[in-house]
Amino acid sequence: MQRNPQLNANGELQHLLSIEGLPREVLLQILGTAESFIGVTEREVKKVPLLRGKSVFNLFFEPSTRTRTTFEIAAKRLSADVINLNIAVSSQSKGESLLDTVANLSAMHADVFVVRHASSGAPFLIARHVKPHEHVINAGDGRHAHPTQGLLDLYTIRHYKKDFSRLTVAVVGDVLHSRVARSLIHGLTTLGTPEVRVIGPQTLLPAGVGSLGVSVFHDMREGLKGCDVVVMLRLQNERMTGALLPSAQEYFKNYGLSAEKLALAKPDAIVMHPGPMNRGVEIDSSVADGPHSVILPQVTFGIAVRMAVMSIVAGN
Amino acid sequence: MKILIKGGRVIDPASGRDAVGDVCIADGRIAESLSGKPDRVLDAKGLVVAPGLIDLAARLREPGLEYKATLESEMDAAVAGGVTSLACPPDTDPPLDEPGLVDMLRRRAKALERARLYPVGALTVRLAGQRPTEMAELAEAGCVAFSQANAAIEDTQVLWRAMQYAATFSFPVWLRAEEPWLAKGGVAHDGEVATRLGLPGIPAFAETIALGTLLELVRATGCRLHVCRLSSAAAAAMMRSAKKEGLPVTCDVGIHHVHLCDMDLGYFDSHCRIDPPLRSGRDREALAQALAEGTIDCAVSDHTPVDEDHKQLPFAEADPGATGLELLLPLALRWGAERKLPLATTLARVTSDPARVLGVSSGRLASGAPADVIVFDPQAPFRVTPEALRSQGKNSPFLGYELAGRVRATLVAGSVVFEQR
Repeated sequence: MQRNPQLNANGELQHLLSIEGLPREVLLQILGTAESFIGVTEREVKKVPLLRGKSVFNLFFEPSTRTRTTFEIAAKRLSADVINLNIAVSSQSKGESLLDTVANLSAMHADVFVVRHASSGAPFLIARHVKPHEHVINAGDGRHAHPTQGLLDLYTIRHYKKDFSRLTVAVVGDVLHSRVARSLIHGLTTLGTPEVRVIGPQTLLPAGVGSLGVSVFHDMREGLKGCDVVVMLRLQNERMTGALLPSAQEYFKNYGLSAEKLALAKPDAIVMHPGPMNRGVEIDSSVADGPHSVILPQVTFGIAVRMAVMSIVAGN
Repeated sequence: MKILIKGGRVIDPASGRDAVGDVCIADGRIAESLSGKPDRVLDAKGLVVAPGLIDLAARLREPGLEYKATLESEMDAAVAGGVTSLACPPDTDPPLDEPGLVDMLRRRAKALERARLYPVGALTVRLAGQRPTEMAELAEAGCVAFSQANAAIEDTQVLWRAMQYAATFSFPVWLRAEEPWLAKGGVAHDGEVATRLGLPGIPAFAETIALGTLLELVRATGCRLHVCRLSSAAAAAMMRSAKKEGLPVTCDVGIHHVHLCDMDLGYFDSHCRIDPPLRSGRDREALAQALAEGTIDCAVSDHTPVDEDHKQLPFAEADPGATGLELLLPLALRWGAERKLPLATTLARVTSDPARVLGVSSGRLASGAPADVIVFDPQAPFRVTPEALRSQGKNSPFLGYELAGRVRATLVAGSVVFEQR
């Protein structure tokens, strides 16, 4: 088995490709660094010079507004130059290969590649081919991983709940297609969360999901009992067209988060969602906007977390 | 031309012979003895002399896919790997569904004077799974069996009729067992590894459901069926009982599948993107065992040269397949050694057993058999590097591995077609 490709020979973070396989210390280092950046994002002059003179290339092979924007803001607050490339509509459609695209950008002296790609593992392929001083940050690859989202979820949980060692966390919905769920689950287990649950119909849970270290619930009411944290996953509309689910209505009835179901969790439970939300499909508006919801703080923390990751892998 | 291969350890799996001795060749055939002085003497002291390997699945990529490999490059690879006969699946571009294409391919191969080529014709036109090909015409042009390669026949009515028609003429049908709807979009074994890596899975029951259908159609039609590339423990168990029942069925396994499993995907190693997918460690173990006991008749290279551009891609987008002609012998030896099999048994799975499936008289060293012979050093180290491979396909999960077993000489019909000094 090859060495974990995201760590250099000294065990330091060279790329951020996946939370899986990252030691606890590295995760805590990222969360700690993010905490120190919260102050920066609240100042009037929201800039630190950690990435001054560096170039961050946002390589989005799959359309995204939110994640790309937060990476852009994070890079700019670190004083980096940011170049946004919407590859979904440029070189790939002209037939250029992934590695050729990266080689060309590398020739323009990039320091950090932030990569989103529809194929699981694409950032690993890129990381194998970049120069030693270049860094790859996975901004979501297929169903595989979305490590910065996982980290911001961990940051949010730590912010509200302090200690992972007594928490019960439920991840609800389309785990099968969710890179967010995979990253968060690995992070939670690495940080010692005693109980991580996944809740969903069999059609939306991948084969052998228990091997990720989670307990499986098909009954949402049962699964929510005693939870400190409820993470709702986005249900994409295209899931309705296959044979996975009969209808959005039936899905919401069984797996949508309503105030009534949330009442089964602990009274101080927090509700999270990676966005964008489908109100009335996986989450009721009264919950999304209610007192348990920390969905908007997640977005704010996301910038600090992405600043932390970029400054750790590529900081001056 | 008379050739004497002298003083080697002669292994003939078909007869069970395993002793130091000489092999005589006259007029392209194995001879009891030579009358008069040989034209050439090959010293095989310390080496093994065995029948040339017979590979039931080697893609040569011609016609149509010459950017991946050519007949020249792959025939060179074959004889360097000790493969003296190979069957090529019909998934060329266009597929082998016209007698003219088959005829041309055979002529081109013959002119190269390397390994013997046995084309496998398409079972349906363009492999589209809709209309049977002109099988009798194709057989006349030289097709030894009919297959869909990796393409499916979704319509079971067509599958039934094609098998019925083939049975009418006693043509063997070679098919993979994979239910296309269950396999749709999948690129890896549906299990823990695919779940972790976020890769769409193909469940093992995609294989067993299709195999159940095929076996039932064999019962209904009497068609002689060779099941290609088993991938799961459950499928091997089904083949075991099908044979016990006396059905006219045989099967093979890709040599990679007795060595690798889904864990070997590591961090998305696209060299491990293979059809059928590498399954669990338990499946691998069961396949290796079934091959040892003979439930699985033979091991094949499933040689699939893929160019760099189509392999250096994210896992799911990479072309499936691995190069194999030059790895078949060392990987078979490694499998045999791991299972502590007699060398004759190991070699049987790549010589006399595939010869039986193919219905040819080579694959053995009996007097009068075609003189397709290899001389190899089972201990000689073979480091798998792109430079070490003659095949145009450098795509192997074993790149960087140190294997053992090197061919020193390959003879086809009594002519030395490869020699390493």
